[in-house]
Amino acid sequence: MTQTMTTANEVLLDASGIGKKFGGVQALKDVSLTIRRGEIYGLIGPNGAGKTTFFNVLTGLYQRDGGEISFAGAPLTLESPHTVAAAGIARTFQNIRLFGNMTALENVMVGRHLRTRAGVFGAMLRTKTERAEEAAIRRRAEELLHYVGVAEHANSLAREMCYGDQRRLEIARALATEPKLLALDEPAAGMNATETAALRTLIEGLRGDGLTVLLIEHDVKLVMGLCDRVAVLDYGQKICEDVPSVVRANPKVIEAYIGTANE
Amino acid sequence: MDIFLQQIINGLTTGSVYAVVALGYTMVYGVIQLINFAHGEVVMIGAMVAFTVITSLAGGALPAPVILLTAVVAAIPVCMTIGYLLERIAYRPLRHAPRLAPLITAIGMSIILAHLALMVWGRNPKAFPQIIANPVFNIGEASISSVQISIILLSFTMMAGLSWFVYRTRFGIAMRATAEDVRIAGLMGVNADKVIAATFVIGAALGAVAGVMYGSYYGIIHYTMGFTLGLKAFSAAVLGGIGNLAGAMLGGLLLGLVEAMGSGYIGEITDLCQWSLTSSMLVEQCKDGGNFVLFGSNYQDVFAFLMLILVLVFRPSGLLGERVSERA
Repeated sequence: MTQTMTTANEVLLDASGIGKKFGGVQALKDVSLTIRRGEIYGLIGPNGAGKTTFFNVLTGLYQRDGGEISFAGAPLTLESPHTVAAAGIARTFQNIRLFGNMTALENVMVGRHLRTRAGVFGAMLRTKTERAEEAAIRRRAEELLHYVGVAEHANSLAREMCYGDQRRLEIARALATEPKLLALDEPAAGMNATETAALRTLIEGLRGDGLTVLLIEHDVKLVMGLCDRVAVLDYGQKICEDVPSVVRANPKVIEAYIGTANE
Repeated sequence: MDIFLQQIINGLTTGSVYAVVALGYTMVYGVIQLINFAHGEVVMIGAMVAFTVITSLAGGALPAPVILLTAVVAAIPVCMTIGYLLERIAYRPLRHAPRLAPLITAIGMSIILAHLALMVWGRNPKAFPQIIANPVFNIGEASISSVQISIILLSFTMMAGLSWFVYRTRFGIAMRATAEDVRIAGLMGVNADKVIAATFVIGAALGAVAGVMYGSYYGIIHYTMGFTLGLKAFSAAVLGGIGNLAGAMLGGLLLGLVEAMGSGYIGEITDLCQWSLTSSMLVEQCKDGGNFVLFGSNYQDVFAFLMLILVLVFRPSGLLGERVSERA
């Protein structure tokens, strides 16, 4: 990953007035937030605050009821999931969703699909360019496995890997799509302290390599320590968006979330 | 004659054809959990197109092997187009509909294709021209024809090729990812529509070749042949574990063998004269080595479906299928 030179405060993602209703439940109400290039942006909130719903709207899994999203200077079309991936948003899942019956390497190679021309006929005819491209994909996938630290499990089936490695593999698979924005849905969920610390190093490394990260997390300590800016959702509404130290001191936030969840 | 060895050879031949057709069912099922009942008709149309090409070219200047090859090369794109159109027109609009809707549509498409073939090629059975000399080789007391050898070799080559494609190329990797989870594959940038269309097209191409093999082996084709052939190949796919490529191949071969063994021995086994329980009523029929056979080899179709029933009762997920039960 090369360091991309970015001007500070350049907006990468601008979501405004996002709404989503499930039956009678207003899961998201007029949520607006902006993510700048190169930052780690945290999205926190109590259980059921709408964090994952926002994620699913952003990545095209849910149809939004209202609002606009512009990404990298263009409106984000959400016709089908792969167009979102093509625009440059990749994600991981709260409950890991790997391709369990495929090897770690193959999982990452799926992510490379988007950035290469993979035609059926090319694959069958084995042209020279085709073979070279396939070798490049394999190499890049191996690099990514190495980057997240699971290179030694390249040929293990994803479902047979241990939990922490599966989380890392999901990140590698998302990185394979060459995203501008990496969205991590509770990456530390279910991790022990050592694994969380290692995850933190990994995410900091991603920022160091110029990637923009959107982080949804329950682990308040991790979010506060890692993120450049944090937004807090409560009952589907954004109640605060600022740098961690300001968010921490916001009375609304303390009332809604930190005051009760911070053991 | 060595019935056992002979029926093994015959069973392997028909089994190979079943296996190739079953691959078409199992691939589509693996990716979108749809049983494409129209696949048998795609195979039939492949045979019909080949028939037309061969009859119009035979007697001309071209050597016979070239004609046969031209027939295959013509049948493949026709079937691929039909496979693509089936997906595009009939199934894609129903992708998110309740599962019964695409299933009924599949049966409808099967009927439509069969009757289109009826309009184009007529209602009479067609004698599939045997333009290539078909020498027969003896193995012990059994024999194997060069058509049989070609069918078995070609089928195994296609099965190996497909396995290589699915397990070794990146398009195959995208296909397996789509089969495991369409939405997640989409989020990782895989264009699901493209992968699903490709699955239909590849299955149809295999079906076209299977159609030509069927015609060359049985020598007779008919616009309704897709129905029984499709049902048997579908049984083979279920037997092996639907959605599982290796399962379809194994299921097809097994089904062919069981059918061949069944039809080879059913006459002998149900010959009442060899059982001493023959009542006085049969004395007339049994004297001088005569026999009274209850079921002849025309009952061979029973075995495929008997096997399907047994599988559904005792091992619903099929011989190699585990993923189906996981999904359910």
